[in-house]
Amino acid sequence: MSTVAAATRPPSRGRARAIHRHRLAVLAGLFGALAIAAMLSVMIGAKPVPPADVWHALTGPTGSENDIIIRSLRIPRTAVGVLAGIALGVAGALMQGHTRNPLADPGLLGVTQGAAFAMVLSIMVLGVTSLYGYIWFGLAGALIASVGVFALGMAGGRGAPTPVTLALAGTAVSAFLYALTSALVLMDEQAMDVFRFWQAGSIAGRGGDVVWQVLPFIAVGLVLALINAPGLNALSLGEDVARALGQNVTLTRTIGVAAITLLSGASVAACGSLAFLGLMVPHLARPLSGPDHRWLLPYSGLLGAAALLAADVIGRMVARPGELEVGVVLALTGAPFFVFLVRRRKPVRL
Amino acid sequence: MTSSPVRLPHERPVRPAHARSLRLGSTSWLLRLRSATVALVLLAATVLLMALGMRIGDIPMSVPEVFQAITGDGSDHFVVMELRLPRALTGVLVGAALALAGAITQAIARNPLASPDILGVTTGSSVTVVAVIVAAGSTAGGASGALAEVGIPLMALAGGLAGALTVYLLAWRKGLDGYRLVLVGIGVSAVFTNVKYWLLTVGDVTDSGRAMVWISGSLNGRGWEHVVPVAIALAVLIPLTLVGTRSLGALRFGDDTVTGLGVRMNLARGLMILAAVLLAAVATSAAGPIAFVALAAPQIALRLAGVGQPPLVVSALVGAVLTAASDLAARTLFSPVELPVGVVTAVLGAPYLIYLLIRVRREARS
Repeated sequence: MSTVAAATRPPSRGRARAIHRHRLAVLAGLFGALAIAAMLSVMIGAKPVPPADVWHALTGPTGSENDIIIRSLRIPRTAVGVLAGIALGVAGALMQGHTRNPLADPGLLGVTQGAAFAMVLSIMVLGVTSLYGYIWFGLAGALIASVGVFALGMAGGRGAPTPVTLALAGTAVSAFLYALTSALVLMDEQAMDVFRFWQAGSIAGRGGDVVWQVLPFIAVGLVLALINAPGLNALSLGEDVARALGQNVTLTRTIGVAAITLLSGASVAACGSLAFLGLMVPHLARPLSGPDHRWLLPYSGLLGAAALLAADVIGRMVARPGELEVGVVLALTGAPFFVFLVRRRKPVRL
Repeated sequence: MTSSPVRLPHERPVRPAHARSLRLGSTSWLLRLRSATVALVLLAATVLLMALGMRIGDIPMSVPEVFQAITGDGSDHFVVMELRLPRALTGVLVGAALALAGAITQAIARNPLASPDILGVTTGSSVTVVAVIVAAGSTAGGASGALAEVGIPLMALAGGLAGALTVYLLAWRKGLDGYRLVLVGIGVSAVFTNVKYWLLTVGDVTDSGRAMVWISGSLNGRGWEHVVPVAIALAVLIPLTLVGTRSLGALRFGDDTVTGLGVRMNLARGLMILAAVLLAAVATSAAGPIAFVALAAPQIALRLAGVGQPPLVVSALVGAVLTAASDLAARTLFSPVELPVGVVTAVLGAPYLIYLLIRVRREARS
């Protein structure tokens, strides 16, 4: 109840201004980190491109080899990375806030497995072979799975589902869909060949059209997430307190689930399973932002994008001239850091 | 721990209704009539399902013929004793071991979502087996013969134990906190899973297909060499865990209370986790990580027996029934295509968990 006590005793005006300045400074710092990561992501690869050539390609392309590499490969790839990183970071923070479960990540609400199942089905039944074709199915699968999870959480009870119910429903639906996916994949070698590369999680080879396909979903998701932030702050005091404060709990939950679904569905459909980003980033952002979701969500988004790009750059550097999938790099670098955080002190309880 | 029974101050020493105490020297257990009845029914169901499973094969048999073949001699005797019985037994024993491991893990983590996957066992063994299949794939003449028969189970066991050791060492810090164990386990499992995904993209498509069958959990071609290790593990560990249930019952009250009650918490918890890890690792090495049994069986058992915490023996029997029934379904539903049993355990287990969720919420409302 210390949160309530703190809230009823507002800090002095000077102190409030100092806190605000500090938060803006952190926000600017995160923007800087993202800019550096994006610059590196454009410069580094199988063929390194010097900064001057990057500038040339951006401002006045003349069709040189470097211009083509930058404009047709590196920039779309970086853009997909930024979008997916922001989306997964914000979705992770929303999910952990709504379920009040520090282990929540996009896998939990069945999103990843829903996308996987729909994509494999489209490959097998409709013979869709291109990434641009099955990305729509992935998105649809993600939407259906997470709406289904939420509906199951609601079934049989009145009002919004409890965190545990939601988490259990998500686990059950994920396991169910994963089993169906592996059954399908085991019967069709061609589908498995596509599936295994998507599953490993990568932003390589995603063209500009993938960016435009996922951008509307992520944009709407981000707007919903920001609308959701004040309500989520009230909900973190407990549902009864939130209701007493005049919150429409069901509406807040519904907006939250819609935002989570759009954000994680779009990024999962585009990049495959990027484990760990949505789980890890909010834990890193929370010490910087405090419990206020109006700050936690933007911090998580920026941090998520910077982390995803950094991991992708590392993947391109360690296995030259080939590359390691970003999903693998994220898990290998993110997990030790996460374990270190867990060991160093008690994780921030939600 | 041999002192007089623990009593909370406001509580009178009552014995739950329909329960009898079973006394052995200075220790005693409660024997609940409902649990005992449920256990007997489940045992009968296990035997029936095994018999039904043993009918299937190149030479179809009826259930009486299966029993005749076991007692008699001739070609049917060989088929049943050397091919079908070991497969059925592997399924039942693996199911029981996984469920037992799940029940222990859920009691320790105080979380119905906990399963041996979180302890790093199943993901650890998946990584090593996929690595073996992919590395020894088409270039090295294929993982067949001796390597497939001895190498894969051994590598699975080694990987499972190494995975669990990693989680345990990383989670240990002046004691073992259940919450920290789960968090570290999630992290380590995520690494293993993504390395597994990556290995699947490295190999030849046929090898990846074979690896996918293994990591789905399959009972195809399992013989006596798979039965014996699981049977030994169960024979040794079931009695030990039953002794341990006394401390397990106390563990759910929270660390401070447990220490206050005089349970040597870290020791009790460490030993129980070790038992869960061994059970899950041996089971996984025999049949691959059969999904959902460890997660669902304890929760189903808890409802069947009407108790507050996963009951060990009933959980093990539910696991056996679940696995045997799933294998039967996996082999008959899409015949002649035989699916891996793990696919069916998940497809069966998940809706049951969903049904439970809905029912619990409805009960909570009324």
